[in-house]
Amino acid sequence: MDPMSLLANLIAATFRVTTPILLAAIGETYSERAGVLNLGIEGTMFFGALIGFFVADRSGSLWIGLLAAILGGILAGLLMALLTVTLGVNQHVSGLSITLLLTGLSLFAFRLNYGNLPVPPKVEVFPPVTIFKDIPFLGVISEQVLLTYITFLVVIPVAWFLLYRTYFGLMIRSVGENPEAADAAGINVYVIRYAALSIGGALMAVGGAVLSLAIAGSFTDQIISGRGWVAIAIVIFGNWNPVRVMWGALIFGGTFALQLMLQAMGLKLPIPYETFLAMPYVVTIIALVIAGRNASYPAALLKPYRRE
Amino acid sequence: MAAKKFTWRLVRTDTPAWWMTPLIPLLALIGTFILTAGLILWSKANPFEAYYYLLIDPLTSRSMVLEMLVSATPLLFTGIAVTVAFTTGYFNIGAEGQLYAGAVAAAGLGMVLGGLPPVLALPIMILGGFAAGMLWALIPALLRVKWGVDEVVTTLLSNSIMAYIVSAILNGPWRNPISGWPQSPDIAASAQFFKLIQRSRLHVGFILALATLVALWFLLTRTSFGMKMRAVGMGKLAARFAGINVDRTVLTAALISGGIAGIAGVSEVAGMQYHLIGALSPGYGYTGIIVATLGSLNAWGVGFAALFFGLVNIGAQNVSGALRVPIFLSNIIQATMLMVALGMFLLKRYRIRRS
Repeated sequence: MDPMSLLANLIAATFRVTTPILLAAIGETYSERAGVLNLGIEGTMFFGALIGFFVADRSGSLWIGLLAAILGGILAGLLMALLTVTLGVNQHVSGLSITLLLTGLSLFAFRLNYGNLPVPPKVEVFPPVTIFKDIPFLGVISEQVLLTYITFLVVIPVAWFLLYRTYFGLMIRSVGENPEAADAAGINVYVIRYAALSIGGALMAVGGAVLSLAIAGSFTDQIISGRGWVAIAIVIFGNWNPVRVMWGALIFGGTFALQLMLQAMGLKLPIPYETFLAMPYVVTIIALVIAGRNASYPAALLKPYRRE
Repeated sequence: MAAKKFTWRLVRTDTPAWWMTPLIPLLALIGTFILTAGLILWSKANPFEAYYYLLIDPLTSRSMVLEMLVSATPLLFTGIAVTVAFTTGYFNIGAEGQLYAGAVAAAGLGMVLGGLPPVLALPIMILGGFAAGMLWALIPALLRVKWGVDEVVTTLLSNSIMAYIVSAILNGPWRNPISGWPQSPDIAASAQFFKLIQRSRLHVGFILALATLVALWFLLTRTSFGMKMRAVGMGKLAARFAGINVDRTVLTAALISGGIAGIAGVSEVAGMQYHLIGALSPGYGYTGIIVATLGSLNAWGVGFAALFFGLVNIGAQNVSGALRVPIFLSNIIQATMLMVALGMFLLKRYRIRRS
């Protein structure tokens, strides 16, 4: 293949693999901006991947599957809210227990309905849409599923606008920075955190459903394999700003796509390909160190709010 | 005379009623049963029968009791590791990666220790695993103490980095030359943990785990360092005013925590697999956090929680075999139990009063 079409394929693959992680990372951004670190992200993505697949398979409609994943994600977010906001339980423990619960529940439901098949059942994935069909370079890049377009052209701008330009966004940020002051200003801290976690859960689950409905076309126990943790890293790397989170996700997606391409080409590298995969984690830790105390963590992150 | 009207009220208290402590696990179990009964019905089984096969039937069979102890062994180590860190207010989410660091050390040492008698080989493996887990815990701990970098995120991310390191080793230098599988060569026979009971998988790692549990109890309740740990965990500022070196206490606790998680890896390599594989741990490090929390960061509580989780793991296999309920019931029960118990712990803060 000539270098130009290789590059076009690499960019196309980057957008494809970035989409699910970016959706989840935006979901985590909403949650953390409201002051809740949601480590349930990994399980919520897994749950979304399962529900999306299961409902799409049974109903015959990918869009109904996606809708079901959204509802499942909202429920997961509400459960997280119940534990951390209402009951005031430690956020890491709550999040990890949600991941454990939803992973177990998804595998349970899958086994119950499909048994233990050697080859996982398949659904027909979302077809790609092409905008610049006959233009050489852009044609390849723009051949993406509608969900990728929606993620980059709707979800990101809306998240930015909502968080920085609306009263609702101001309320989310204020309960994440200083819940006491927000409460004094007449904002219902509990309601806003419930809302942010629900939106966040929905986006995480859609991220999972993109993997099962737009990329793999099937559900396996390895479908998420740590993408939720990557999303957490990307949120910090992106400083809790949706646009910067998008750039962080694209950098990660690019490295991942490059690594996939090199492996597919059978290129022998002097370093193990795992180096590429581990890179985003290392870079995030370094970014955290450099940012140090300047990392603008939502000030009330990890702190339960109790109205006395 | 008109009857005096009493009203019952919930009152916040710092002195919970004594009967709350045994009541909470019982209520948590009942709550978990109610919440999971629907799933069991969904798999067309009787929930009561399923819970019998889950929690009671395994205890009537010698081999299943032994398997329960085998299953509880890594959870004891990771539960203890997490307890040490959480008590000090250091949220080590990295036990999973530290476990693998210990496992890599054990697999590496085990390959070269063939010439030594077990009396020397085993302690070297255990110390090596402890050191490796400690080393892997060192970076996040130093970042936290020196520059205030949040340890929750760094320890969580270091788990993924370690998973890739293990994958790179297993696909590179340690790839099995014969089968080509990503699996390290077997460790020397003299480096393998011996079995405690013939024809069972129960190995000396279990005894080591119990000894570590006693050491945890001693550390937390009988040493001045344990008192410092708890003081730091309750409030760094107050601890500092009391003259405690907070940074040193946090760093030491984080390293002990990482070391114990490393021993969990040694125990799985030297006691179970005899080589390193990528799927060595199905998330023992994360389950350790749940075990530690369910055990209220108390040595005996952690011990009971780990044994109970071992029982649920073996019981779920039993239910799966007897009633065809998918084995993943164990994860669901463990997570549900934790959530219900966390809710129940809050009850402890209240007493019912008549006024």
